[in-house]
Amino acid sequence: MITEDIPIIKVGMADMNAIQAPGVLKTSGLGSCIGLSLYDPVNKIGGLAHIMLPSSDIARDQSYHLAKFADTAIPALIEQMERLGARKSCLQAKMAGGAQMFVLASSEMMRIGPRNIERCKEMLSEYTIPLIAEDTGGNYGRTVELNCSNGVFVIRSVQNGVKQI
Amino acid sequence: MGQFQIADYQMDVLKEIGNIGAGHAATALSKLLDKPVDMKVPSARLVPFDQITESLGGEEQVVIAVFLRVTGEVPGNMFFIFTLESSRKLLNRLIGMDIGAEGFTELEMSALSEIGNILAGSYLTSLSDFIHLNLQPTVPSLAIDMAGAILSYGMLQYGPMGDQALLIDTTFMEGNDEVEGYFFLIPDPESIERIFHALGVPPL
Repeated sequence: MITEDIPIIKVGMADMNAIQAPGVLKTSGLGSCIGLSLYDPVNKIGGLAHIMLPSSDIARDQSYHLAKFADTAIPALIEQMERLGARKSCLQAKMAGGAQMFVLASSEMMRIGPRNIERCKEMLSEYTIPLIAEDTGGNYGRTVELNCSNGVFVIRSVQNGVKQI
Repeated sequence: MGQFQIADYQMDVLKEIGNIGAGHAATALSKLLDKPVDMKVPSARLVPFDQITESLGGEEQVVIAVFLRVTGEVPGNMFFIFTLESSRKLLNRLIGMDIGAEGFTELEMSALSEIGNILAGSYLTSLSDFIHLNLQPTVPSLAIDMAGAILSYGMLQYGPMGDQALLIDTTFMEGNDEVEGYFFLIPDPESIERIFHALGVPPL
């Protein structure tokens, strides 16, 4: 494998990045957060966002990172990719995360994983981007990597090992 | 409005809360183990989301965490965290369970969860007595997973406010640092003012 030569770019919590191949975008330790990737297979441009919460309506700080909320992350990521030369009509989405790490009946905040998943799907359909694969839900954490040369999305978890979608 | 701020004199109060809570919990652990338990000086600080797992060895470090949601007048999230190695030693010492290297059985996880419950209970009781406010922990929930996935759960309440969370953490260890554990208390943003108010700490 030649993977060692490919630069790996880390995307932190509530952050996003987009690059042209070759390169791997990686975000670690997704719990209820979502790792959402967009990929343009024609131009080989990939983007990855580490989304924390479903909606920016609740933001009390107006200088927030756009990648933090599903409703602002998706348009911002599309824009960043378009600036690199990606075409919106070519984009395909894959996503992982949105787990419910702990079982608690009470607080609405604790059901955030499923709400993040729903909101991401709504936003993708609003922008008519097909969601071609996902590995969401469950009660475990994930680390994801998007290979921008081929759009392969690798998911690692403690409980279920490595998976490719 | 940018990120909210906490003055140094207010941080000292939060540190003292960590000190009192963790002190009582360390005493409870010491009684359980029938051995002395030491603890490091607690810290209280605003931590950027990305850096919250640093003391545990990074986002992908696998840890065992007992999580309790704190309800009542000062809501927040409490985590009691061990490395896999430490939890094996802890179980071995407490109940003579000889734990293999691979995974944990349901009984072992239940025992760890109960240890977390006892320690978190003593932490919160002493805190509640100190600030004279009502606190109730929920039933503990246990996870063995990546530190990032676990702790990000405790920071969600800070998501709407900015990019950092108030973390009051304490490390404690038993014997020759053979069992090491961490308390992470992340009060909800609105709880911080209530704590200051209850203790007569002047606002910023």
